[in-house]
Amino acid sequence: MNTEAIVIEHNYIFNTLFLLLSGALVMWMAAGFSMLEAGLVRSKNTTEILTKNILLYALACIAYQVIGFDIMYQDNATGGWLPSFGIGINPTAEGATQPVEVDFFFQVVFVATAMSIVSGAVAERMKLSSFLIFAIFMTAVIYPVSGYWTWGAGFLGASVEDGGIGFSDFAGSGIVHLAGAMAALSGVILLGPRKGRYTSNGAKAMPGANMPLVALGTFILWMGWLGFNGGSQLTLNSVDDANAVGRIFLNTNAAAAAGALVAYFLTTFLYGKADLTLIVNGALAGLVTITAAPDSPTPTQAVAFGALGAAAVFFAINFFDKVKIDDPVGAISVHGVAGIIGVMLVPFTKDVSFTTQLIGILVISAWVFGSSFIVWFAIKKFIGVRISEQDEYIGADTSECGVEAYPEFSGGK
Amino acid sequence: MNWLTAIVRPFKLNDVYDRLIEEGIGGMTITEVKGRGNQPTKTEVYRGNSYSDTFIPKIKIEVALSDEALENVIDSIIESATTGKPGDGKIFISKIQKAIRIRTKEIDLDAI
Repeated sequence: MNTEAIVIEHNYIFNTLFLLLSGALVMWMAAGFSMLEAGLVRSKNTTEILTKNILLYALACIAYQVIGFDIMYQDNATGGWLPSFGIGINPTAEGATQPVEVDFFFQVVFVATAMSIVSGAVAERMKLSSFLIFAIFMTAVIYPVSGYWTWGAGFLGASVEDGGIGFSDFAGSGIVHLAGAMAALSGVILLGPRKGRYTSNGAKAMPGANMPLVALGTFILWMGWLGFNGGSQLTLNSVDDANAVGRIFLNTNAAAAAGALVAYFLTTFLYGKADLTLIVNGALAGLVTITAAPDSPTPTQAVAFGALGAAAVFFAINFFDKVKIDDPVGAISVHGVAGIIGVMLVPFTKDVSFTTQLIGILVISAWVFGSSFIVWFAIKKFIGVRISEQDEYIGADTSECGVEAYPEFSGGK
Repeated sequence: MNWLTAIVRPFKLNDVYDRLIEEGIGGMTITEVKGRGNQPTKTEVYRGNSYSDTFIPKIKIEVALSDEALENVIDSIIESATTGKPGDGKIFISKIQKAIRIRTKEIDLDAI
């Protein structure tokens, strides 16, 4: 074998290793979401939220393998809007930088992330079966279609020369996080708030049951995010790649840290004490914000971006309570609001216009919100989306799973 | 023969317990309870929304006492459970009609 062939082979191996390890980190974010959500719901809904998290991950894997991956990436026209429909995963293309199986794995864990965002927002009151049916539509069709438009080189993501508009979203502030938040928002609007959440005296606090799980889930997400953003470099076979991945790790971490600190100051000065749940939302908001362009900002810019996203999310959580959009974990604020901010900050560090970014946000939002709304509406019409008032009082653990998370301490509460 | 019920602050339980042991009181029953009196409930903020518990957690201590031991024990509990702020709790005393130790069937003072 000549030297050039050996280099190509080694690049292929390096890329594969890099993407597999990054993908495994992103897969671990499913655990992060599970713990975060389990900690922020009341104890009577713990088993149910964990069941949702495990089954949505499983469903996302199968649905994306059978239909979703093909819609998003295979045999599509560059710069187009209508994806080709097919099933399964094609063989690795000639001259690919890594095997297609590795591409698939790295993509499927992103789909699961988008779906995980939904489960927290609809927690404590949705029927398990209705949620799972939605998960199939979201991961098989809704996410893959907008995924084709963007990362699949459709009309948003393709460069201007290729007939697209050149929308830029490196690791998915808009494509993954905003999409998940929009699916969640449409579901929550049709679902309504938890019973007793909004009274004539204003919003009532429903404190989460387990703060250690909230902290653990946050750190797992924070760690997994290094793979989410770092892996989105997609290749690691040159000094340029290595430099980029190093910068991405630094920026991602810095944005999260800045987000946590900003939320700490805001909750302390505005609400009087350090509310862990809001600090956690701040860290995650920083992560979502930097995700649209973790590779181009300077470390100082990354801190500023993370801080900005966290501040916006802090006030967004308050705003959604004012308009009675009940989101027990703050997912719509963290992933939707910070997602939009992240995408709109890209022009500060990359050569892309605000108009292009705004069009991307509007198209993704309209598509995911609209199509999700139709699916949720149909589910509501045919089988209902909400558990009964009594089941909600007893807890979804009992009504949906028949398994209580903490049977020793319950006694029918 | 008296039945003494003291409602005290949870964090004062250890102090009260130590004093009762010093007084030679070997048996007591404690229960975690919640209630209302003059103490204002605390309001906390969770995710921007304030909330407060209607009832405040307390510890209920119950002791059976001879007439001779009663006054000293009352003083000990008052000394050890006082902070001076509303919410220190209350002591109630009533008469015991009869007491029986299940194991030995001893009655009244022998039973306590």
